[in-house]
Amino acid sequence: MATPQTAIVGIGQTEFSKNSGRSELQLAAESIKAALDDAGLTPADVDGLITFTLDGSDEVGVARCLGIPDLKYASRIPNGGAASVATIFHAMSAVASGTCDVVVVWRAMNERSQYRFGQPVMRGLIPTGGGSTFMEWCLPYGAQSPASWEALTAQAYMSRYGVTNADFGLVSVLLRKHAATNPAAWFYGKPITIEDHQASRWIVAPSLRLLDCCQESDGGVAVVIARADRARDLRQKPVHILGAVTNMRFNHEIVSDYYHTKDLTHLEISDRVRERLTAATGIAPRDTQVAMIYDNFTPQIYLQLEAFGFCGPGEARDYIKDGNLELTGRSPLSPNGGHIGEGYIHGMNLITEGVRQARGTAVNQVANVENVFLASGVAGAIIGAA
Amino acid sequence: MSSNDAGTTLRPEPVATPDSAFFWEGAARGELLIKQCDACKMLWHPPRPMCPNCHATKMVPARMSGRGIVYSWAMPIHPFPHGFSTPPIVALVDLEEGPRIVSNVVGVDPRAMKEGLRVEVSFEAAEGNKFVPVFRPLAEGSV
Repeated sequence: MATPQTAIVGIGQTEFSKNSGRSELQLAAESIKAALDDAGLTPADVDGLITFTLDGSDEVGVARCLGIPDLKYASRIPNGGAASVATIFHAMSAVASGTCDVVVVWRAMNERSQYRFGQPVMRGLIPTGGGSTFMEWCLPYGAQSPASWEALTAQAYMSRYGVTNADFGLVSVLLRKHAATNPAAWFYGKPITIEDHQASRWIVAPSLRLLDCCQESDGGVAVVIARADRARDLRQKPVHILGAVTNMRFNHEIVSDYYHTKDLTHLEISDRVRERLTAATGIAPRDTQVAMIYDNFTPQIYLQLEAFGFCGPGEARDYIKDGNLELTGRSPLSPNGGHIGEGYIHGMNLITEGVRQARGTAVNQVANVENVFLASGVAGAIIGAA
Repeated sequence: MSSNDAGTTLRPEPVATPDSAFFWEGAARGELLIKQCDACKMLWHPPRPMCPNCHATKMVPARMSGRGIVYSWAMPIHPFPHGFSTPPIVALVDLEEGPRIVSNVVGVDPRAMKEGLRVEVSFEAAEGNKFVPVFRPLAEGSV
């Protein structure tokens, strides 16, 4: 592995709530200011901004709030929440290329109080869905929410491997256990049992219950990336970006990924991410000490565990049952509680937790963390000690 | 939720783009159409304006037999989808000609729903005087 040229030097977040009581732009500005303070940098140091195509705040507005005087670079990443870890790749590239010295990534949303991803939609969104064609092909058939799009893949997996909805509940119980000891989590102090999971109502039968779904949350998260040589002089222990890759492959979509092959029970696109990331870093995802894996719905943890090589095809249920994802297990999963337990800031609050784990400052700190795996399906990164 | 004069709930009007309008226009005529490259004869769905195999831009709608097999399915229950009076069964249907499409299976008890179910096309009304292809279980003994 080449010496890492970039590092995550600052993280910031607002509270995660169901009603922030302020604008998305304010959430963006507050989280960015917190991240810069964490790094020991000022807005004048920032020369690049990255967010999601779906973010509701614009770059001019963010710069006006913070007084950022001179930006050299701004870009937006497609693919919904799968953009989250991809932003780390783009920030790394902007800094490593010499284009930027300090890049801020932000994502801020009132996704509970202002609009809700979980509500069915009929129209009004871009027909192509930004990386997917699901809008035009799914809406007339009653598949009008992310859970319904996800369920078509989940059902194929259940059928092939004899996995049940209660098996998916293992993920919910685990992440709610982690959230229960994280004061920043919406479900702090509120663990669940598998019986609670099985008593929750069907969202999409027979694959997804309410407790298989991530939360809908209000909040903002920001991450600061800088050159590794500069990172050494900043306030925090640098968390190096050992490698980050993103992938868009022919005939793949994001949540409605139905067309790439006849067999939807394996995430071929995540296979490619794993291969490229391992080639870049010399580290396999399963050889890291913490796994921050995008949990929009519980089956996505099954599919990603297998494609990212934590276990073989069809083995995720046993891998989870054997305790591998516990804080003391081989591959602790989202010690903050993930999107299911902590809050849903579209993948970005998983990245900040990964940074805390690598720094050794997390509430639910895993012992002896050297490297952390960040994953959002089409993108992956390994961060940690250089 | 919207209704027609008979008080029947109608599914939402399909989003028709310049590249997809043929699909919904075909449905209004009772035809299940999939775009086929005029040069290399590859069938492509979802449709796109250029054949990714040979880069021809002449993509001609081809009528499918209407028979297929259910690959996967799901029944959205909550929040209840717009335009339905009972939970729809959403399915991925693999057409016998090859392409996979998202649709509904109608006329089936959800308890009898399963992967591998053999189905044939039917057409139902949507808002905006549009029609969409859906699927019914293939009658026993039919070919």
